[in-house]
Amino acid sequence: MSTETALPVLTPGDFASDQEVRWCPGCGDYSILAQMKKVLPTLGIAPEKTVFVSGIGCSSRFPYYMNTYGIHSIHGRAPAVASGLKVSRPDLSVWVITGDGDALSIGGNHLMHAIRRNLNLNIILFNNRIYGLTKGQYSPTSVLGQVTKSTPNGVIDNPLHPLSVAIGCEATFVARSIDVNIKHLSAMLKRAAEHVGTSFVEVYQNCNVFNDGAFEYATGRDTKADSTLELEHGKPLIFGKNRDKGIRLNGMQPEVVELGKGISEDDLLFHDEKATEPTLAYLLSRMSQPDFPEPIGVFRAIDAPRYEERLADQIAAAQKKGKGDLQTLFNSGETWTVE
Amino acid sequence: MATTTHSKPLVELEAATVRFCGDSGDGMQLAGTQLTNTSALAGNDIATFPDFPAEIRAPRGTKAGVSGFQIRFASTEIFTPGDQVDALVAMNPAALTTNLVDLVPGGILIVNKDAFDEKGMAQAGYKTNPLEDGSLDGYQLFPVEMTRLTRLAVEGLGLGQKESDRCRNFYAMGLTFWLYDRSLEPTQRYIEEKFGKMPAVAEANRRALTAGYNYGETTDAMASQFSVQKAELKPGLYRNITGNQAVAWGLVTASQRSGCELFYGSYPITPASDILHELVRHKNFGVRTFQAEDEIAAVTSAIGAAFGGGMGVTASSGPGIALKTEAIGLAVMTELPLLIINVQRGGPSTGLPTKTEQADLLQALFGRNGECPVPVVAARSPADCFDATIEAWRIATRHMTPVFLLTDGYIANGAEPWRVPDVDSLPQFIVKHPQGTENGDVFHPYARDEKLARPWALPGTPGLMHRIGGLEKQDITGNVNYEAANHEHMVNLRARKVALVANDIPPQEVDGAKSGKLLVISWGGTYGACATAVKEVHAAGGSVGHAHLRYLNPFPSNLGDIIRRFDRVLIPELNRGQLRMVIRAEFLVDAVGLNKIQGKPFAVREVTEKIEAMLK
Repeated sequence: MSTETALPVLTPGDFASDQEVRWCPGCGDYSILAQMKKVLPTLGIAPEKTVFVSGIGCSSRFPYYMNTYGIHSIHGRAPAVASGLKVSRPDLSVWVITGDGDALSIGGNHLMHAIRRNLNLNIILFNNRIYGLTKGQYSPTSVLGQVTKSTPNGVIDNPLHPLSVAIGCEATFVARSIDVNIKHLSAMLKRAAEHVGTSFVEVYQNCNVFNDGAFEYATGRDTKADSTLELEHGKPLIFGKNRDKGIRLNGMQPEVVELGKGISEDDLLFHDEKATEPTLAYLLSRMSQPDFPEPIGVFRAIDAPRYEERLADQIAAAQKKGKGDLQTLFNSGETWTVE
Repeated sequence: MATTTHSKPLVELEAATVRFCGDSGDGMQLAGTQLTNTSALAGNDIATFPDFPAEIRAPRGTKAGVSGFQIRFASTEIFTPGDQVDALVAMNPAALTTNLVDLVPGGILIVNKDAFDEKGMAQAGYKTNPLEDGSLDGYQLFPVEMTRLTRLAVEGLGLGQKESDRCRNFYAMGLTFWLYDRSLEPTQRYIEEKFGKMPAVAEANRRALTAGYNYGETTDAMASQFSVQKAELKPGLYRNITGNQAVAWGLVTASQRSGCELFYGSYPITPASDILHELVRHKNFGVRTFQAEDEIAAVTSAIGAAFGGGMGVTASSGPGIALKTEAIGLAVMTELPLLIINVQRGGPSTGLPTKTEQADLLQALFGRNGECPVPVVAARSPADCFDATIEAWRIATRHMTPVFLLTDGYIANGAEPWRVPDVDSLPQFIVKHPQGTENGDVFHPYARDEKLARPWALPGTPGLMHRIGGLEKQDITGNVNYEAANHEHMVNLRARKVALVANDIPPQEVDGAKSGKLLVISWGGTYGACATAVKEVHAAGGSVGHAHLRYLNPFPSNLGDIIRRFDRVLIPELNRGQLRMVIRAEFLVDAVGLNKIQGKPFAVREVTEKIEAMLK
């Protein structure tokens, strides 16, 4: 006889809270929220076993809209809050929702260390290349020269590439998707959830109020095929409206080539998300417009030990010799008796 | 065990205070610790004061590099490591010149004669050799060729000169142990445990220890030995414990007695790191330690653990606490239990990392944005850290609030005998978490019980899904709410919740006079000096009482009544008058301060003199 209790069939509605969603009309966050609600019922994890942790920023309101457990914490600290939660409650499915400012500026340190520990967390970074909640200052991913409220003469900081940062932190799962590319986005969220270890997903997200059209090249009907490249494991890097362009390695440099004219698919770079060394993933994370199509999909997905499991192993090893007993502890070592 | 035969007269003392001092690489902390443990095992009451420089290894022989360890052992109950030392062991000229001021006139002065070469004396600022110029005539001076005699003792073991010289502290210990008729056995056991795997080193240390002991026994240098009998302590099993160790054991105990798994998020900082070092040894209790990337992650990870039902704890010292400030506000807003431990040190900024101070009281009480009340508990002595830790966590869980526990470098590093408790006699407060409702009732995360505490509902519980965060909460539902009246209501509610803790703590006790001319109010690590001073003056007929506060927010509800029973109030503090400011504000009393900000604890006589002056 089976002792399993069947999980009730869940729907996106089961994951929606009763709170009014208060993002600006037309914000890319709506799409990400919708895809999340679609993906969660497919994971076989009950809403009460799911926790969303966020920091501060527009994206960080996300937990309020989910009928799960949630913490809307303080600016930049979500990865640290989530780490403490996951370490003490490995049974929970823990998601971190963050933005480009929250994750890469004020919270850069926590992001770096959460990723290197490879806790089984899903970190979703909504990248809109602007500070939205504080009304339009430039962010760590704003492009050079970008005119914002705090940079009337243009941004002079070199932007960070979120995926390059994550790979530099020894990330075991790195992916990118786009808010309006809903099928791809839900596939990436599902892959992130299924990866055991820290999953880091960058989502291009349009802020239609303070940075509208930042990703027009990647979403526009006429431009997206030539300016993005969908990664598939084991497949050559091909892109373009007519799928006639590819990426070839020239020494250690990638270059865009046209297929035909003596260049076949076999000459192209083949994607390997399982490569032990992160070199290829890093190279892909550096490809950006206007010189290259920007890859979307899974850059890297490797299996590596998780912090919480290593800690649990150490505790189990310590308890193998017997669980702690307070009186034994108190009476241990050098003691003396006063009559 | 004392030796059975004595070649020289044995003089009995009620108490003795000894200080070892030398270069930070001379092993003075070890020497002090060994004399401490040996005296504790001999049944004395003990109090210690380790005092070391912030530099790990300042240039050899300089005054900046002097490290000291003071221990007082007594046949009566004592509360401080002593104002002045009866015997000073100085390993070099720099140690002598920086420590001589604390030696009693006529006191015993043992120095390593070999270190008084031209270079050593120049580094200490001596123009002439103090061992020869008569400047030490007011003391019983014993210049001993410790370097040469130690080298001779370890000869033939194949040790280099550097390794041989490293045994000098054992030579100094041996001589001191002979002087106070202490057994060598505990130290011999220590050597075996610590150096057993390096037989030559173990043997060298053993030989140096014995050589020092025999020097006292056989040479004519010292005319008599001293002995300090067992103290009349409450019957029971005792062990020696430092404040940081007592905090760590208190955490493990509080975790077991509350049923919450301990999660300790911390970032290394002096003088709090030893709590982490102790806790990592207790994984068999399920203790999870997390050395975070910074102080902010240390506290926020603990908040994450608390949300999951764990015993979230973080510890630091002033500068680290400053970094945690915003997160403590989050814990106040989310009304999660959290324990924040501040092992205070000299400030502001980096300040005096290895020296003690009590200047973070106002930081604990008020150092956050907004109206942000947090209960504050302070430990008074090394052993008291154990009980204070358990009490702080009890308050945190019963009232659903972050709680501050204040200790300081003095009691954190200091040691005293601890009467080992019977586990069953310790407080037990198993935390109950709400279970899911079956009838589909809506769960209200900010509904409250009679203490105004909200339910601690854990992820994983069906039907209780809820979201918390730093934005203002609507009463009862916990939903985000910006309404004016709700905000004022919630601010007052959080304040009232913390104020209600006063109903859940014992009334303030008063030692000495219960009413009269002068009330001494103290808190934290100054307990020993203040208690001893009040006891002395009161025994001599002075109209003085002593209220030592464990609870600094809220105060015990009878504190105002106590204050009004006395004509005047004196508040000694190792700061510029932080408790005094709060007491004056709260009770409109013209309290007087005795303030010392030197990175050192009070000497008893400093408090006694002030009390006597105020009673005149």
